[in-house]
Amino acid sequence: MNKIFEFCARNTWKLLGTLLVLLAVFPFVFTSSYILRIAITVLMFIVLSLSLNLLIGYLGQMSMGHAAFWGIGAYTAAILSTKLNVSSLGTFLAAMLVAGVFGLLLGLPVLKLKGYYLTVVTLGFCEIIRLVELNWMDLTRGSLGIAGIPPLNFFGKAFKSSRSVYFIALLLVIFTVYLVHSIINSRIGLAIMAIRDDDVAAASIGIHVFVYKVMVFIIAGMLAGLAGAFYAHYISFIDPSGFTTGQSMELVILAIFGGLGSIPGAILGATILTVLPETMRALMEYRGMIYGIIIVVMMLVKPDGLLGRVNFKYIRQRLSAEKAKKQEGKSHE
Amino acid sequence: MSEVLKVVDVTQRFGGLVALAGIHLYIKPGEIVGIIGPNGAGKTTLFNVITGIYHPTEGKVYLEGADITSYKTHQIAKAGFARTFQNIRLFGKLSVMDNVIAGMHTCRKTNLLDAILHTKRRRREGREAQEKAESLLKLMDLWEDRHSLASALPYGHQRRLEIARALATEPKLLLLDEPAAGMNEQETLELREMVLQLKKMGLTILLIEHDMKFVMNICERIYVLNHGELIAQGTPKQVSQDQAVIEAYLGEEE
Repeated sequence: MNKIFEFCARNTWKLLGTLLVLLAVFPFVFTSSYILRIAITVLMFIVLSLSLNLLIGYLGQMSMGHAAFWGIGAYTAAILSTKLNVSSLGTFLAAMLVAGVFGLLLGLPVLKLKGYYLTVVTLGFCEIIRLVELNWMDLTRGSLGIAGIPPLNFFGKAFKSSRSVYFIALLLVIFTVYLVHSIINSRIGLAIMAIRDDDVAAASIGIHVFVYKVMVFIIAGMLAGLAGAFYAHYISFIDPSGFTTGQSMELVILAIFGGLGSIPGAILGATILTVLPETMRALMEYRGMIYGIIIVVMMLVKPDGLLGRVNFKYIRQRLSAEKAKKQEGKSHE
Repeated sequence: MSEVLKVVDVTQRFGGLVALAGIHLYIKPGEIVGIIGPNGAGKTTLFNVITGIYHPTEGKVYLEGADITSYKTHQIAKAGFARTFQNIRLFGKLSVMDNVIAGMHTCRKTNLLDAILHTKRRRREGREAQEKAESLLKLMDLWEDRHSLASALPYGHQRRLEIARALATEPKLLLLDEPAAGMNEQETLELREMVLQLKKMGLTILLIEHDMKFVMNICERIYVLNHGELIAQGTPKQVSQDQAVIEAYLGEEE
C-alpha cells in the first residue's frame, strides 16, 4: 500500500493530468443519461464533501449542519432565478454570498463554544434553516417546494444537455479543489491545522483562533452554497426535505469515509459512496443494510477513512529528501 | 523601560483560592531567570498570566514598558512573548518542519487572497520560511526529523521542537515551562547546551524547572514561589542558602 502512495506522490502531476483527460473524455464514452446523472451527482457531492472537510478535517470542528448551507444556496438560486430571472452566474455568486453570510453567523458562537458544544449548535442551525424553508410560505412556498427552476444558463446560453451540465459540475469541482488546496498549503492553512491540533498552542504562537475559525465557516458555507445553486438549476425542483440533518449526516459520512483532512480522500469518499448504492439497485431493500455494513466495517478496519493518514505532501517531501541524500552519498564516493 | 518583562503586584484568584499573591518580577535583556518552587506553588499559573491565558485579578504585566495585562494570548505572542508548555503541546498531525513554519505565523503576511492567487508574496514567504525553518531545526538538532509527524517524535525531541517553534516567532522573551521534565541525564545535558547557546545568541529566557541542578547551573537569578507567594529571589547561591527556601523546598528534597 505504501508503495502505491509513494508512486502517487511521485507522479502527482502525471496522474492528475491523466485523470483530467479521462474526466473530459468520460461523457463522450458514456453517453447514457443515467450514467451521466450519477456522474453529475458524484461531482456535486465532491464539492460538498470537500467543503465539509474544511470544517471537520482541517479545522477539526465536527459540523452536523452542512446540508443547511447547501439548502441556503439552492433556495437562493431558485428564488432569484424564478422570481427575478437572474442568470446562473448571478445565482451562483448570490448563493455563495448568502451561504457565506450564514457561515459567518454559524461561526460566531465559536467565540464561546467549541468541540461538541458547537456541534450541537450546528445541528440546531440545520433544523432552524429547514423550518424557515418549510414555513416562510411567501418566499419558499413551504413544503410545496419551488418548481420550474430554469436550467443553467451563462452569458445568455442555456446548458440543458447532460453533457454540458457535467462539464459545469466538473469546473466547479476543479475550482473547489484548487481553492481548498491553495488555502490549506499556505500560511492560512497551517494556522487552521494548528488550531485543529491544539488551539492553546496555536494562540501561543500568535494565531487569532477566532478569526480563523470563522473564516473556515464562511468558506465552507460558500462552497456548499455553490453546490446548492448548481443543484437547484440541475434538478429544477427543490423542497425542504432535501436539506435535513439526515442529509447533513450523509455528508459527514462521505467526509469521514474518504479520510478527514485529505483532498483525494474527500473525492474518493464522495465517489464511492454515491456510486455504490447505484450499483446495488438490483438488491432493492438490502441496499441500505449493505451500505450500513460497509461503513461499519470500514470504521472498524480503517477508522481514519481511506486516506485519512496519508499526507501526499509529506510523502513527497520525504522522498525528495531521501533522493537528495542518496545523490550526496554517491558524490562522496 | 529596560526590562523585557515586568510583573507588578500580580494576584490571581480562582474563586476562594489564591494562586498568586502580590508577585513582583522583572527580567532584563539577555538574562536567564528561573522560577522554582514546590508543586502547586503557582509557577505555571504565573506563566499563564504572563502569556495571557489568564488575566490577573489584580496587578499589571509589562512588556518593554507597555502594559499588556489585558492582551489576549495571540496578541501577547505577536508582541514578543513565546512559550513552551509543561505538558507538551505540539501540532501532532503536522510535520516537524510545518510545526516550526506555523510558528512563523506572525512574521509572515500571506493573506487569504495571496494564498488563493499564489502571489509573489506567498511564494517568497514560502521560500523564506523553509530557509528559516532549516536553520532553526539544525540549531535544535531536529533536522533529521524534519519530515516526521510531530506526534511520532521521541519525547526529548518533542520538547526541543516546542522550543524551535517558539523561537520561530522571533520572541523578545522565551518562556520555558519545565523544559527538562521527563528527560534523562544525557538529554538534560544537551538541553542545557542548547539553552546556553540561545543565551549567546542574545535571547532572554524565563524558565520554570524542577531539576535543581539544571536551574542552579544555568540561571543568573532565581525567583522562588511557595503557595503563590514569592518567598525569595537572588542569585542561585543566595537562593540556595536562604532559610525560607530550604524549609519550603530544598529541605523537602534532601
